[in-house]
Amino acid sequence: MRLSKEDIKRISDLARIELNEEDESLFAEQMSGILRIVNKLDKVDTSGMDQMVTPTGFTNVLREDIALPSLDPKEALFNAADREGAFFKVPRIIEVD
Amino acid sequence: MFEPVIGIEVHAQLKTESKLFCSCSARFGASPNSNTCPVCLGLPGTLPVLNKKAFEYGIRTALAFNCKVAEISGFDRKNYFYPDLPKNYQITQQASPVGVNGYLDVVIDDETRRIRIKRVHLEEDAGKSIHEGGDITGAVFSLEDYNRAGVPLLEIVSEPDIRSPKEAYEYLSMLRRTLLYLGVSDCKMEEGSLRCDVNISVRPKGSDSFGTLVELKNLNSFRAVERSLEYEVKRQSELASENKEIIRETRHWDEEGQTTVGMRRKGLAEDYRFFPDPDLPRLIIGESWIEKVRSDLPELPGERKARFIRDYELPEYDASLLTDTQQLADYFEEAAKEYGHAKTVSNWIMGELLRLMNVTGIGIESVKIRPCDLVAMLKMIDKGTISGKIAKTVFEEMFTQGKSPGDIVKEKGLVQIADEDELTKIVDLVIQDNQKVVEQVKAGKDRAIGFLVGQVMKETKGRANPQMVNELLRQRLAGEN
Ligand SMILES: [Zn+2]
Repeated sequence: MRLSKEDIKRISDLARIELNEEDESLFAEQMSGILRIVNKLDKVDTSGMDQMVTPTGFTNVLREDIALPSLDPKEALFNAADREGAFFKVPRIIEVD
Repeated sequence: MFEPVIGIEVHAQLKTESKLFCSCSARFGASPNSNTCPVCLGLPGTLPVLNKKAFEYGIRTALAFNCKVAEISGFDRKNYFYPDLPKNYQITQQASPVGVNGYLDVVIDDETRRIRIKRVHLEEDAGKSIHEGGDITGAVFSLEDYNRAGVPLLEIVSEPDIRSPKEAYEYLSMLRRTLLYLGVSDCKMEEGSLRCDVNISVRPKGSDSFGTLVELKNLNSFRAVERSLEYEVKRQSELASENKEIIRETRHWDEEGQTTVGMRRKGLAEDYRFFPDPDLPRLIIGESWIEKVRSDLPELPGERKARFIRDYELPEYDASLLTDTQQLADYFEEAAKEYGHAKTVSNWIMGELLRLMNVTGIGIESVKIRPCDLVAMLKMIDKGTISGKIAKTVFEEMFTQGKSPGDIVKEKGLVQIADEDELTKIVDLVIQDNQKVVEQVKAGKDRAIGFLVGQVMKETKGRANPQMVNELLRQRLAGEN
């Protein structure tokens, strides 16, 4: 499977990563190569095997419903790029036309 | 003729102490960002662990809505960017919801309509955005509070089986009532713990095709759901009958203008790239777990209503009203069991009690009259200690002061006068003072005796036993002849 420049554009849009045309060609090439390697897995016979969701094999990992102290808001906001009072401040949400 | 095809998605916040995947408090109303931790802030290297109670609430609700509970259930990531979603994905149940293929019976105009429920699944709530500078379109910045991020939500999705705005309203009422009976959610629309999205299309009546789907948002009450649907049915039917195109879009309900307004459409189709969340092991829900949850189910509103009609011989109307909330139904039942005559109890609850609750805005949980006080008052009427008319005054006093009916009757001197000697004195006095009327009665104008009874009641401030007064008057007037 080969990824086109359009595929890369779509993927970078979804990931909110801005790429220039040069990047697009480069990544189309590189990601196609990655897919070629991964596609080898398709040749493995997996009939009769269960789907593996987590590698641990654990099931039914649950905790009791008990509330414990949270972070101090100061700590929660420590790495915020911008803040106002105890809020995280973010650029306005622009609806895509 | 066109008919609407309506489906409803409800999101209900679960009433748990902690969030769905971390131990932060799930309570509403805390100061901004004070209920957050590395897990619900989406910091790298954190591990979500599922809240057992929230998951069991999911099973509980699935069972109550007659769903098939999944043998194996799990969580998936729904990927999208939005500032209220710190991880850039929402943990939800796409592939293996806790329950599927259920139904909810709704009674409309004495007819039972079965609305199928497609799925019941758990997911985490997002944070809350405050848009500076008014609404989202004019805002320059948004302020984010992540207290709500990670609070457990239950999503309940109906099949498009609803055929009228009224049916939508009744479906939502019954769904809400059921969740309240189950004790899994507060269902407070004003606090956002219950939210609904509606989709509607129209088609020629009798057809089994589907029209173009329109999604409705900003529905802040069940009435808003009903009104917006009424508006949309009209709008879409008109377009359809003129062969005009109905656009597939999301429309906003404008409460003030009582209209729906189309929102700008996004150019790109959403692509959520769901995949199983590798941080969360799957759940194997065995038969014994399901049975354990099932054995804890309360009697549900429909069942309780049917039992009230059967066991207490109540009319459907009474049973429906009394089972509106569990607390009201419990109240009725406690009083009815103790008193015996259920319809009398029902009349007092539906009449005086609900009237006073309405006037004062007091909910049944804060009503000061205990069911046993109501019974004590009814027994006082039966014994003739108080008249039915005085009982209403006593009941109001009980409601405002929370005292026992016996104390109120004693304090206010409301005991019915059924003492013959005492009444005779008053009757004689009234006869003496109203000679003209007495003449009329004697002349055969029997109805005039009512006036005399009224005068005696007035003298005794309503406390005289009316039957005795009537008899005494007749005796005295006959004797004077
Ligand atoms: Zn947390």
